[in-house]
Amino acid sequence: MNLEVKIAGVTLKNPVMTASGTFGSGEEFSDFVDLNRLGAVVTKGVANVPWEGNPTPRVAEVCGGMLNAIGLQNPGIDVFVKRDIPFLKRFDTKIVVNVCGKSAADYCEVAERLSEEPVDLLEINISCPNVKEGGIAFGQSSRSVEQITREVKKYAAQPVIMKLSPNVTDIAEMARAAEAGGADAVSLINTLTGMKIDIHKRTFALANKTGGLSGPAIHPVAVRMVYEAARAVKVPVIGMGGVTDTQSAVEMMLAGASAVSVGTVNFHDFRATEKIVQGIEAYLKEQGISDVNEIVGAVRQHI
Amino acid sequence: MSEKRRERGTVIRNSEISNGIFDMWVRTEEIARLAVPGQFVTLYCEDESRLLPRPISVCDTDETNRALRVVYRIAGKGTKEFAGLSEGAPLTLAGPFGNGFPIRKGTSFLIGGGIGIPPMLALAKRLGGEKQMILGFRDKTFLADEFLQYGPVFVATEDGSAGTKGNVLDAIREHHLDAERIYACGPLPMLRAVKAYAAERGMECYVSLEERMACGIGACLGCVCKSKETDAHTNVQNKRICKEGPVFEAGEVEF
Repeated sequence: MNLEVKIAGVTLKNPVMTASGTFGSGEEFSDFVDLNRLGAVVTKGVANVPWEGNPTPRVAEVCGGMLNAIGLQNPGIDVFVKRDIPFLKRFDTKIVVNVCGKSAADYCEVAERLSEEPVDLLEINISCPNVKEGGIAFGQSSRSVEQITREVKKYAAQPVIMKLSPNVTDIAEMARAAEAGGADAVSLINTLTGMKIDIHKRTFALANKTGGLSGPAIHPVAVRMVYEAARAVKVPVIGMGGVTDTQSAVEMMLAGASAVSVGTVNFHDFRATEKIVQGIEAYLKEQGISDVNEIVGAVRQHI
Repeated sequence: MSEKRRERGTVIRNSEISNGIFDMWVRTEEIARLAVPGQFVTLYCEDESRLLPRPISVCDTDETNRALRVVYRIAGKGTKEFAGLSEGAPLTLAGPFGNGFPIRKGTSFLIGGGIGIPPMLALAKRLGGEKQMILGFRDKTFLADEFLQYGPVFVATEDGSAGTKGNVLDAIREHHLDAERIYACGPLPMLRAVKAYAAERGMECYVSLEERMACGIGACLGCVCKSKETDAHTNVQNKRICKEGPVFEAGEVEF
């Protein structure tokens, strides 16, 4: 059976990746998960300099998911290159570095710094709803999506995945803009902007007031958007948003995702990624399919 | 690196010991053997609409029976679910996480406020030297009697229904207590006052902090607190409560 998928020329041993921000750089999870089993580890976003992130509380649970407003806290590219990349190199998995920035120059600086590093893919985060500058500001107009993609591509040695925001009116337009800017792949969806209020204290649950909604609650939205994006572009689509088990992962792939990223469920079950790898294999066997690529975009109209 | 596990445990018993406060023993595979005072475990809900584990401090362990004790307050739907668990019920838990209290020689105050009291019981059991326990409650007391076997216990209640009327520092002043060091866990206003008290007297002071968590293992950066110096891991001025904490030397963190 073939579980390998190809994203922008990079072969993953299976289509299961981690979702940025839910897995650190894998170190903490490696006490529980065999990272060698994963198609790729997507790191938490890293910027050119260290970021402190937002005040706490930064997380709140909601029915079927959670809100977070971490604010892209990260140690900066210098520490990341010295510590996190060598750690990940010990495992037989692909390394995808998620890149964040406050300006186009920030993204480009990180991309350039990574050009000599043993990194397989870059994922450019233009969709974080929790920071004032950068992040989502780049991801909400097709012109800026195309522009930032084009800029980053000038400096990136590795193939570039543009991570798109669901907080837009037309996801297909954003996917096309990324492709037009030279993106080698797109990933979606980042979190949906949400809010929770404590009615007893009459305060916002998060210090940042708003946060990104993730978890199984957003899965149907994500499947719809992956479907729309996959029909709009030729580059591979990486599907994420509420992937929690085999069913939700396979749905993503049938909708058009060449690979999936598993996020919030990692907090619920450290070994969720590994279980989904096994589950996809079992699903294919049961369906009599010998190559996982056959299910990508294979959804049909109900007859 | 210390060993951590995620296990399927079994509830041995679970009962309400005060209004909305529950005392639960759980049979574990290894977690009870591995846990030290000041560490915490995370408990998972069976209801899958509640994804995030609840971090709860270790109150006691019984290694012979591989049993772990947690005393928790119903604070929402998740803890309400735990409160409904009866003997024999399965319960998924992970841990032990965090650093635990540093065990030092000499005289100590063990200060607990409200639901910050349970971890002090684990510490009282393990810590040598002369210990004085100062426990603060809003009104109804719980666990206080269990501390007596480890040393003198001083109680403060906000409504004056037991012990000193007021807070833990009022109790310390009323009884003219003295020690070289403080270990404390409780609500932030209490911890701030305790930190200031220790600083004025040049006492060593360790506080156990809490914060909303998602992963519990140091990956998500949800539960940080401000630190005085740049932290070696985060490379910014904050520390992960679940990993570098929950116990900090009071002077190294801002809260």
